[in-house]
Amino acid sequence: MSESKTVKFKLNGREVEAPEGRLLIDAAKDAGVEIPHYCYHPALGNPGNCRLCVVEVQGAPKPLVSCRTFVKEGMVVASDSPAAMRAQQSSLELHLVNHPLDCPVCDQSGECGLQDYYMEIGRYESQVREDKLHKGKRIEAGPHVMLDQERCILCTRCTRFVDEVTKTHELGIFGRGHGQYIDLVPGKTLDNPYSGNVVDICPVGALTEKDFRYKVRVWYLDETDSVCPGCSRGCSTSVHTNTERPWHNDGRRVARIKPRHNPEVNGWWICDDGRFGYDSLDHDRLGRVMRLKDQRRELSWTEAFEEIASALASRSAGKGAGGLVVIASGMLSNEDWAAFKVLFVDTLGVKHFVFGPEPDQLGEEDELLRKREKVPNLKGGQAQGFGTEIPSASWDSLAKDIEAGKVWGLYVVERDLTKVWGQRTADLLSKLGLVIFQGPNKTATGDLAHYRLPATAYVEEEGHFTNFGGTVQAYKKALEPLGSAKPDWAIFHGLAEHLAGDRREEAVA
Amino acid sequence: MISVTTVRRPARTMATQIYFLEILKGLLITLRHFFVNMSRHVLFELGLSKEPGAVTIQFPDVPAMLGNRARTRHRLLKRDDGTPRCTACMCCETICPAKCIHIVAEDSPDVQIEKRAKSFDIDLGLCVFCGYCVEACPVDAIHMDANDVELSAYSRKDMIWSMPELLGDKKKEAHR
Repeated sequence: MSESKTVKFKLNGREVEAPEGRLLIDAAKDAGVEIPHYCYHPALGNPGNCRLCVVEVQGAPKPLVSCRTFVKEGMVVASDSPAAMRAQQSSLELHLVNHPLDCPVCDQSGECGLQDYYMEIGRYESQVREDKLHKGKRIEAGPHVMLDQERCILCTRCTRFVDEVTKTHELGIFGRGHGQYIDLVPGKTLDNPYSGNVVDICPVGALTEKDFRYKVRVWYLDETDSVCPGCSRGCSTSVHTNTERPWHNDGRRVARIKPRHNPEVNGWWICDDGRFGYDSLDHDRLGRVMRLKDQRRELSWTEAFEEIASALASRSAGKGAGGLVVIASGMLSNEDWAAFKVLFVDTLGVKHFVFGPEPDQLGEEDELLRKREKVPNLKGGQAQGFGTEIPSASWDSLAKDIEAGKVWGLYVVERDLTKVWGQRTADLLSKLGLVIFQGPNKTATGDLAHYRLPATAYVEEEGHFTNFGGTVQAYKKALEPLGSAKPDWAIFHGLAEHLAGDRREEAVA
Repeated sequence: MISVTTVRRPARTMATQIYFLEILKGLLITLRHFFVNMSRHVLFELGLSKEPGAVTIQFPDVPAMLGNRARTRHRLLKRDDGTPRCTACMCCETICPAKCIHIVAEDSPDVQIEKRAKSFDIDLGLCVFCGYCVEACPVDAIHMDANDVELSAYSRKDMIWSMPELLGDKKKEAHR
């Protein structure tokens, strides 16, 4: 292979450079000129059927589609000349011939390609006087996707997605001429694990999310860059939240999760588990610091830190730190892992940890995105020595140790023991003098603990996840914490400070 | 170009300082209005004029007279088949500067209509009566012509009107 050459060409009167062999539409985007397009998608190829990206090229007998034209040395291209604009407008007008224009009731409204490009390049007086053609509406394409054939402009992005990316072939184009429509292939439903992505790539309101249907208008949403905690892939996501109008979306703050383009991790897609697995962010949340056993009472954070620190300190002084077992998982961020190490290894000298994903945090795996470990940050723990120098103990040996009376305390971070031990859990935990649960959600383990500490969900804190390949990604704070919840690292830090304070007092005495 | 005009303050003369003359002037204006209005009534009674003089309305014993274009309480309109016209597009909720319209949407049983309002509340305690909701509505579902201006209530909660109340299906009841 020879070194890739760069070519110079003129775009809208400007001298632009691009690598040889680059598509004109991509080269223009690099230069900051977005040429309108529907059918072209960087991940799905360029069938060139929407004819919206037409540009005027000097010397060409007629306008060319920029998604199927390669840049050439000395090319003179105009995407905003009167001729190019007229060609784009005509294409848009043809797309809208049978489009119902039901924007007020359409969920895509506000992020619709037809709306955007009409305002950008359209603004023509429609010449269409014929009646609109009616097709199928409100078709349940699959468990997550609704199909409206009338709104479809037949760009074929969705059929190419199921043909090329998931290779499941659920959608196809049927009929002829202007009677063409997208529909499910007979006998199939759009139920592949990546089906939600067809909603994102659909430039119009033909494919919409069932979960999000009529919940919130898109212009009420705030977007925050985040990282999916669903598995060790750690896909880049954007969390869409609605906080100003709580009567929408049944009071839930998180309205939907969309993928964020990241060529290093997830490309353009996320799986449906990650996309629709946000219910736990608003349901069954812990918001109060509670002492549950020996007089149930709500505590302040200072009271809780003092009580827990003194209980941990006195017990580990009397019975030895070996009797305290800490159960955590890759749900912790890099910052949490660092504070975790300071508290449990450096301050308390704990030897026994359980943090491996087996058996409750494993799931399905495939070649596209999904990984087997359903936690985002095992690598971040390894960076602190968990999984390398400090091995994860097995659940069976832990259960045996508890029954043998070798263990006096458990500190459980964001993990439900009933998923591992089932019915035995309550019995095993009742043998222990001190069980502390920390996490964002209500669990059976949390109800059995002596102390229950509310932690923030990942959308309520800032942090970093290290994915399976070692890529470190930041996630940002989208929402305020519920109740008095604190980030995990702040809880570890608070306890470590109080323990250090106790030791100082002992030294003085 | 912005032009600047300097306006001089009126000089404070002895006549303005003692107020007495100004009070007299004011009383003379009132007196002039009285006689002008009186003569209008007399001319109207004699059949010499078509316009009567001004009359004070004994509100609330006599109902208020409202202009044809007055913006009064909101009213939700129905289609010919009796279903609410509202499609829950949220255009009025979006344009509302007081954020007093709260709509929750749901699927309409009619596939062609697609969407309808599950609930539609207007908090008249927040409403500023700007009329933007009427302008924004794409399906002519909301009007401000209920000719109802007596909207006071005993609690803030009672200022919220629900969809049946706005449609006229249910009488607004005060909870005391």
